[in-house]
Amino acid sequence: MTSGFHIVVCGSLVPDPLQTLEPVQGPGGPGLKNEMMLPSVLDPWAAHALYEAAHLAKQTPDSRVWLVSLGPKARLQQLMMSIAQKAAFQLVAVDGSASGFTDCYDVAAVLAEAIEGIEGLDRSRLLLFGGRSSASRDAGVTMQMVGERLGISEQFLAVDKLEARSDGSLRVLERVEGGRYLASVCDGPPLVCAWSTGELPEPPNNPQIGMQNMRAIMPALQKARTVQVGAAGTDYRSVEVPRQRRDTRVVKMRRSTKSPARSSSGSGAEHGESPLPSTHTRRRHVTQSGPGSLDRRSPGLGGGERWEL
Amino acid sequence: MSETTIERQSMEVDIVCVGFGPATGGFLTTLSRALQDPDKQSFLQSRVMPGMPLQVVCYERADDIGFGVSGVVTRAHGLRQSFPDLEPGEIPMSCPVTEEKLVYLKDPMGASRRPAGVKSIDVLLGTLRPIRARRDHAVELPHIPDFMSKEDGLVLSIGQFNQWVGSLLMSSGQVQIWPGMPVAKPLVEDSRVVGVRLVDQGTNLKGVPSEGYMPGMDVEAALTVVGDGPVGPVGRMLDEHFGMPAQDQRRDWAVGMKMVVDLPEHCRLEPGTVLHTLGYPEPEIFGFLYVMPERIASLGIFVPSWLDSPVRTSYRYLQHWMMHPYIWRYLEGGALRSWGAKTLQESGRRGEPHLVGHGFARIGEGSGSTNVLTGSGVDEAWTTGVQLGEGVIELLRDGKPFTRENLEGAYVRRRRDSWVEKEARVAEKARDGFQRGFASGLLGMGLSGLSGGKLNVSSGKGKGREGVPSLEEYYEGRIDPERIQKIRRETAAARTSLHAALMEAAGWPPIPYDGKLLVSQQDALLIGGKVQAPPGYPDHVVFIYPSVCEGCASKLCIEICSGEAITPGEGGGLPEFDREKCVHCGACVWNCEEENIEFRAGAGGLHSAEN
Repeated sequence: MTSGFHIVVCGSLVPDPLQTLEPVQGPGGPGLKNEMMLPSVLDPWAAHALYEAAHLAKQTPDSRVWLVSLGPKARLQQLMMSIAQKAAFQLVAVDGSASGFTDCYDVAAVLAEAIEGIEGLDRSRLLLFGGRSSASRDAGVTMQMVGERLGISEQFLAVDKLEARSDGSLRVLERVEGGRYLASVCDGPPLVCAWSTGELPEPPNNPQIGMQNMRAIMPALQKARTVQVGAAGTDYRSVEVPRQRRDTRVVKMRRSTKSPARSSSGSGAEHGESPLPSTHTRRRHVTQSGPGSLDRRSPGLGGGERWEL
Repeated sequence: MSETTIERQSMEVDIVCVGFGPATGGFLTTLSRALQDPDKQSFLQSRVMPGMPLQVVCYERADDIGFGVSGVVTRAHGLRQSFPDLEPGEIPMSCPVTEEKLVYLKDPMGASRRPAGVKSIDVLLGTLRPIRARRDHAVELPHIPDFMSKEDGLVLSIGQFNQWVGSLLMSSGQVQIWPGMPVAKPLVEDSRVVGVRLVDQGTNLKGVPSEGYMPGMDVEAALTVVGDGPVGPVGRMLDEHFGMPAQDQRRDWAVGMKMVVDLPEHCRLEPGTVLHTLGYPEPEIFGFLYVMPERIASLGIFVPSWLDSPVRTSYRYLQHWMMHPYIWRYLEGGALRSWGAKTLQESGRRGEPHLVGHGFARIGEGSGSTNVLTGSGVDEAWTTGVQLGEGVIELLRDGKPFTRENLEGAYVRRRRDSWVEKEARVAEKARDGFQRGFASGLLGMGLSGLSGGKLNVSSGKGKGREGVPSLEEYYEGRIDPERIQKIRRETAAARTSLHAALMEAAGWPPIPYDGKLLVSQQDALLIGGKVQAPPGYPDHVVFIYPSVCEGCASKLCIEICSGEAITPGEGGGLPEFDREKCVHCGACVWNCEEENIEFRAGAGGLHSAEN
């Protein structure tokens, strides 16, 4: 049996966050002013998912990565110019809206259908990746719905780390409130990871990877299926883009003696930052007892769950 | 981490292009069309990947192919030859020229430097339409010379145009364009360019390898097409290596600084309206305003190298220009959408480098294609790219290698026989008169244009870059030397540039910021420029010898810096560079009197696609 993963990353474009975004009501519903003129970037949450997928695939022989992208074909093509040098992947393109006014349920259905149609995909080895807030107006629901449609019940939201262990199990760190992590362990794929920022930096551009990717990207774009995912019939009473909030608070501390080791701007603690987050570890042992049913058992605490602080 | 532990990789392609602008757009459009033509596919085969079509790849420094460029009005001769059925509506923010005016702006503030010759022009033109001229402090000239006219032309956002062209190219599947990938240098072996080296990634600001270090890949190619603009590092390195042709020199430059503005509701300017201005805020500074569809305007000024002010500042002058009564009546109540700046190589034909050599060819503005007489560059740049594309196809058809001689015959010959060359020859000496002064400059342009380049006003001794006076000389009679010294001390202590304090001391009023259109320079960076500086790359502006900067009295680099990225260093010595504010305009390079600034390939910069 091979140990490689089949990683499917769901990710599409969003307007470059550096642009000025202004919602307007058009004949086809709400949208952004001059939306087609706005430069796009890969949804930053999904970008983390893609980088993590590429890294994991590189560490795990016989792994493959697909990027399933739902967006206007012409803009997807442009997006590929900026991301195809970052990571090796096979593109599965779906031609449809990627605006902030799509319906999460429709998007999930389209993505699930596209994934089901991937030739050579071994669902028993599937790691389904996406961004924690992608295609959901920050509700964090789309990836869960895609997972449900594909029958994957091991789902993790706001993931920062996925570790493939030597026994085949997977250890996942999810962000929880209070700056802490929830650690879970499951036996192996399939699972859904809706990624937060992950731990990896943006990879450098690798021209060779870009050349290889692009040979398959253009055919994938050419055969992209056109779909409708807009919330037809939905009446948006009001629309606004997230406000840019600047909550920076600078706390200057007066020191009685000058310390040459510290810069005048001070250390993180002086600015009131929290110490590094501690880690909760929650072991979730998963065994499959029958088709489609999962039996979760605690390894140690008599029916409860063990938390390691 | 040691650099030697990671091997530098290399890759072979057939043609590698440096920079994606109108010139490379023209080249790749021509080539990709041929690659799709069944009759030509047999000879457009890859030499490095047998059985595959020609492998053509283009690397662009900016994060997107539409970032960091400029809005233009163009006659679009070359563009229409490539796209005979072009409908302006296909390209966002573009429209046909409907009305064109040449406007002389007088000085309503009494603050600009107006020598006797300029004052005479003020009086003379004021007699043309005295009432209107008095009210608007401007005169609409009754005639636009044919050589300047853009009748039947197009107003374009080059950012949007580049995106449109890039999207056509990518959908052809025949060429690859990679933004966000700066090219560090050409690879030269025995006087032959054999490809390019991409920048190292994963370094600190000084270029020292750090986490994630990846040496820039060597991309080897039989032909390297250099279209990296007026201050592109690859082009400049080729100039250094091969020298300039005899008699050719690059003396004239300009910073073009512009804004894209949402015009106010009351503005009645129609899409396609084009205004050219001259005379204000300083006589040497030309301005433009192009009206695009949906009540958007692209407007700005050109600050030339022959403005002999030691406190050249594009941004402050741009604001004063916008507030001129003639312009402000259209702009008041508008809002800033986008902002940016770029260098223009204004020597044109006379700044032409060696266009070809073994294994390389130069196209676009960096190849001297900009025409300063007609005020046109994009159409010329595009056309030079098309000419090279046609030449390359011809050479591949004939099975000839990309030697200097073959490229001379296939590309340079086409260029010499074309309207680009003919018009460039007319313009060659058109601006020499500005070295003597504004009035001589206008006279020289008129003579050159009307006589087809046969009559010109010579440059005389020449001021330009070599002749920038000291602050005391420049402000003689307007600000006393003691006050200048005081301002010097105060700005050095505050580590700010000199121009704001000096201009106000010379009579320029403070800018009444409104938070929408009149904003501070740093707000323009945030609101309009959206400048990015990705980590992992070395700084691209380097002061070569710190001692030279420390001894430099003028520090024009600080004053001209479009994004205030270069600021006075501690004690007023070595300037500091903050690349998170750099818009990659390159003005620091040609403003450094000591030639002590290295402008390298750098990632990031503007993130506006509307310029």
